[in-house]
Amino acid sequence: MTVAALAFYLFAICAVLGGLFTVISRNPVHSVLWLILTFLSAAGLFVLMGAEFVAMLLIIVYVGAVAVLFLFVVMMLDVDFAELRAGMSQYMPLALLIGVVILMQFGMAFGVWESAEGAQAARGAVAPTDVENTAALGALLYDKYFLLFQLSGLILLVAMIGAIVLTLRHRKDVKRQNVLEQMWRDPAEAMELKNVKPGQGL
Amino acid sequence: MIQADLNTIAPEIILSIYAMVALVGAVYTGKDKIAGPLVWLTAGLFVLLAAWIGLGSGGTHDAFGGMFKDDAFARFAKVTILVSGAAVLVMGQDYMSRRNLLRFEYPVLVSLSVVGMMMMVSAGDLMALYMGLELQSLALYVVASLRRDSVRSTEAGMKYFVLGALSSGLLLYGASLTYGYAGTTLFSGIIDAASGNAPLGLLFGLVFVTAGLAFKVSAVPFHMWTPDVYEGAPTPITAFFATAPKMAAMALLARVLHDAFGGVVGDWQQIIALMAVLSMFLGAVAAIGQTNIKRLMAYSSIAHMGFALMGLAAGTAFGVQALLIYMVIYVTMNVGTFAFILTMERDGEPVTDIASLNLFARAHPGRAMAVLFLMFSLAGVPPFLGFFGKFYVLRAAYDAGLGWLAVAGVIASVIGAFYYLRIVYYMYFGEEGAHLDTNKSPILWGFLVATAAVMLIGSAWMFGVEGAAEAAAATLVN
Repeated sequence: MTVAALAFYLFAICAVLGGLFTVISRNPVHSVLWLILTFLSAAGLFVLMGAEFVAMLLIIVYVGAVAVLFLFVVMMLDVDFAELRAGMSQYMPLALLIGVVILMQFGMAFGVWESAEGAQAARGAVAPTDVENTAALGALLYDKYFLLFQLSGLILLVAMIGAIVLTLRHRKDVKRQNVLEQMWRDPAEAMELKNVKPGQGL
Repeated sequence: MIQADLNTIAPEIILSIYAMVALVGAVYTGKDKIAGPLVWLTAGLFVLLAAWIGLGSGGTHDAFGGMFKDDAFARFAKVTILVSGAAVLVMGQDYMSRRNLLRFEYPVLVSLSVVGMMMMVSAGDLMALYMGLELQSLALYVVASLRRDSVRSTEAGMKYFVLGALSSGLLLYGASLTYGYAGTTLFSGIIDAASGNAPLGLLFGLVFVTAGLAFKVSAVPFHMWTPDVYEGAPTPITAFFATAPKMAAMALLARVLHDAFGGVVGDWQQIIALMAVLSMFLGAVAAIGQTNIKRLMAYSSIAHMGFALMGLAAGTAFGVQALLIYMVIYVTMNVGTFAFILTMERDGEPVTDIASLNLFARAHPGRAMAVLFLMFSLAGVPPFLGFFGKFYVLRAAYDAGLGWLAVAGVIASVIGAFYYLRIVYYMYFGEEGAHLDTNKSPILWGFLVATAAVMLIGSAWMFGVEGAAEAAAATLVN
């Protein structure tokens, strides 16, 4: 077994196990940590495929930002996950039944899977040989998929507006910092020196 | 190359840049104080863009390698979306500002969702379809829960969001199966790959994509969110949900089924026909017990979607023409009806109970007459315009050999007539009860009278919609 194959199986097993434990672990914080393991393993798989840019993105964006944010949210929201799970067991038999039926249907569908004649050729991406894959990715995003790229930007903008509209409240009863006011404070007006004699109050 | 592409999507670019400029401008100036003028400005821009798209040069242009299609079909749908969006914005402005709901993000979000709808109806690729759909839905989820102090409104937004996310998941799964079969996400590539007898894998993809889109048009059995969302959202936003997004989703469904799956008509025809029958009957029967007029309109829209799907189920160019005409008439009727619902109030509070309409005709004979026109039209009573919409789809279904579907449509329409006529009954022959004050807003009054007049005039002359719909349908089905 070559090193590459060994690495592949290592990453693949870690990814699957991480996914499994994300779902079944009782402590939500542990779930997030397992999720991070899954992300890291997936990044490893990408490196093996020669897509190092995507691998780095996965680590920087998903592990570095998204997963850490998850961790904050899970720790800050006081959600009793055990209680949520308790309600779930009630529906478990029905859910299992539906799951098994869907699984069997998919078995039927994929058992006789066939693609259209030209599908394989159409799907096979033409790997550019003279540029590295980060540059090739950029060319695709900003040229062929320009429209979709810009649309995703708009979608993120809507998400941002939505988050602000639905959560931001301007409270009148809290004191806010006013930097200018602080800077213009004059010691002569702001404080007063009093000479207090011993044994006497003010 | 990119210059020509950008020219093709110029209306979308203008609208998105407007939304961003309006957002930043409002943040740095008056914030919610300038929301009122912003609503009017947005509506004006919608109308201008509609005129530009509608009166502009004809022909079919593909942009971005076929991902975006500018053809007569897309233009027809876009004009309907823009005009109805403008009408609903203007109608709701007064209602929103009196209840402190008019925030400057509202017109911005509506503009962005309209951009999404315009992308949807022009989509020529599964990815472009998904992007447009998400842009549209995400903005709608937010405006549904705009009244965040109200549990009802928040619940409406939450329900809409969770079920919408589920439907997006179904759609994406279907899209991936379709891609797996065809090897491309371009509609033009899919239709080349999928013709004759569809293999099981492609059929799964087709079913999932259709199910995902059926959520958006609220066709049975994917309708569960509709009554709660309609009831919970503020009324002007409900009016918006009932008009433009329905047109966009229906046009998108027609485009996917004809442009991408046009080779396997027999396979999707039965799915659409089944959804049409179920929607028509559920919409007609479930609305009978409703006392809240917004819930009633939700079931009414489910039933109407059933009729529109009947045109689509025909699978012919005439069927698409019937669908487009039906949708335009449906949108007009809904604009009028919601203009009336927005005026219903008592002591400054909005009222949605239909029993409050008792003897409305005695106090306001003119308005009652206008509502009577709209209700008869919604029920499909000749000689009002709604009858001709139903007539078109029934004929399309009958011509395509779906006689049973047409018969089912007639029966459902008779059942459905009950609850529209019951409103008319309350207005003219109801019991004495607490009176309904109505808002004296001239804008709402104008919309109510104008749409009621259209219901009557339209039966003689449809304002050229028939010809435009025929040309639009011809570019889609060939």
